[in-house]
Amino acid sequence: MSHAAWVRVLERVGAQGEGLLAYLGGLGYLAVDTVWHAARGVFTRPRLKTDETFFQMVRLGVRAVPIIALVQLFVGMTLAFTLAPVLEMYGQLDQLATVVAKAIFPQLGPLIAAVVLTGFAGAAIAAELGTMVVGEEVAALRTSAIHPVRFLVVPRVIACVVMTVALAVLANIVGTAGGGLVAYLILGIDPYHYYHTAVEALLVKDVVTGLVKSGIFGLIIVMVACYEGLNVSGGAGGVGRATTASVVRAIFLIITANCAFTALFYFVW
Amino acid sequence: MSDSVEPILELRGIQKFFDGRQVLKDIHLVVAPGETVVILGPSGCGKSTLLRTIIGEETPDAGHVYLWGEDACCASPARLNRLRQRFGILFQSGALYSSMTVGENVALPLREHTDLDDDIIRMVIKMKLELVGLRDFENLMPNQISGGMRKRVGLARAIARDPEILFYDEPTSGLDPIATSVIDQLIIDLGAKLGVTSIVVTHDMKSALRIGDRIAMLYGGEFIAVGRPDEFRHPHDERVRQFVEGLADGPIPLRVSKTDYLDDLLGAEAGAP
Repeated sequence: MSHAAWVRVLERVGAQGEGLLAYLGGLGYLAVDTVWHAARGVFTRPRLKTDETFFQMVRLGVRAVPIIALVQLFVGMTLAFTLAPVLEMYGQLDQLATVVAKAIFPQLGPLIAAVVLTGFAGAAIAAELGTMVVGEEVAALRTSAIHPVRFLVVPRVIACVVMTVALAVLANIVGTAGGGLVAYLILGIDPYHYYHTAVEALLVKDVVTGLVKSGIFGLIIVMVACYEGLNVSGGAGGVGRATTASVVRAIFLIITANCAFTALFYFVW
Repeated sequence: MSDSVEPILELRGIQKFFDGRQVLKDIHLVVAPGETVVILGPSGCGKSTLLRTIIGEETPDAGHVYLWGEDACCASPARLNRLRQRFGILFQSGALYSSMTVGENVALPLREHTDLDDDIIRMVIKMKLELVGLRDFENLMPNQISGGMRKRVGLARAIARDPEILFYDEPTSGLDPIATSVIDQLIIDLGAKLGVTSIVVTHDMKSALRIGDRIAMLYGGEFIAVGRPDEFRHPHDERVRQFVEGLADGPIPLRVSKTDYLDDLLGAEAGAP
């Protein structure tokens, strides 16, 4: 490659890198703003909007219970089907609960719950806020001295983080139970044995790291969705682009963060 | 307007560029308390940009906006918010919060910025909606009412906290003649009875002549005429005359394209394979 071609490649990489840094910076700025407004809402007027927060919890979290339970049930069942032959080969089929629980509690439960929630809550938030920007509603809030971060972002962030953790707990239990269903119905493993094996195998670390990660996933989902939604430009097309971008970027960031935190917990705990 | 009165709004040398194109060129305007000033001009002349600059949604590239003698362009966010609590804005589309009912929309500024009881807020909602003739619509959602009604609700919300200045972005566009008269009369009454200062951006000539204490015509990013309504009935400036009388021919072209039409057509053909 010629000298000029190298320069072009370097320029493009640099521009991409700058874009990524600007994006992460924007997200970080919004996060700091959110924490500031949330903290202020606890101590001074105007107060935290508790009604709105509960409303968002129901909308973003409670309504996602059936879909997350169903998805996680199938994940657990698939896991049992996949691992049973391997364990049988080593004569360890009675340890099925150990591998299923060890896969679901720290990893698959939180991760898949978060991915489903990205499509469920993240897309909804991005589309909603984007439509509000296009309809001048956000400008109307700002010019009536109502801060959009306090009014719109803070309730959604609290609701989404709390509900992601809660849904991860549900996902863990349903997923492991899904494995148990296959173990009982197909493989003939005693349900009590399955339950006790799972409980014995799980460490506090497995449960806690999974839930800590799911809190971080929830934060990623809602921050990306709010950021994309509030930065919409260009009408209906812009809202569509923001919705797509928020789902794709949130899933990418969730999987990246999962890898990073799993590695971190591997070394420090 | 006497010189001794402290102006409520003052624009000094406002300039604004978008992508290198100058949208506002050196805008100066002084507005006294209680005055109704109509900013008039053809579509795309920079009216809305000027309004967005005054309310702090855009930062001017040069010049200053003074509200109650305070420089709004350099104000801290907290300071700007305190200024914003003293004015109301009617957006072109009404900009109602789509997830709230009509009543909740009107109540929001009161709920957010005051300690009023719910009973009092409910009463204020009814009063403000009655002023715009929509008292029975309190419990409907914005998507259940027409565009003109949304605009009137937007006005009820803008006056919910009895602001000292009201900004209107095209208050009567898309309204039927009766609703237009109702809104015009409301603007006049707010000024005459409550001493509210109004800045009205519009291209509706009839409304402008009816409500304005003064009219400022914006064209090409600058005021080409500022004066009392009767001065606008028989203007000297050809551009103003064309606009006031609504003539198709005159110095203001309909087409804003800069390139030559023939060149553009033939160039496209020549460029084709």
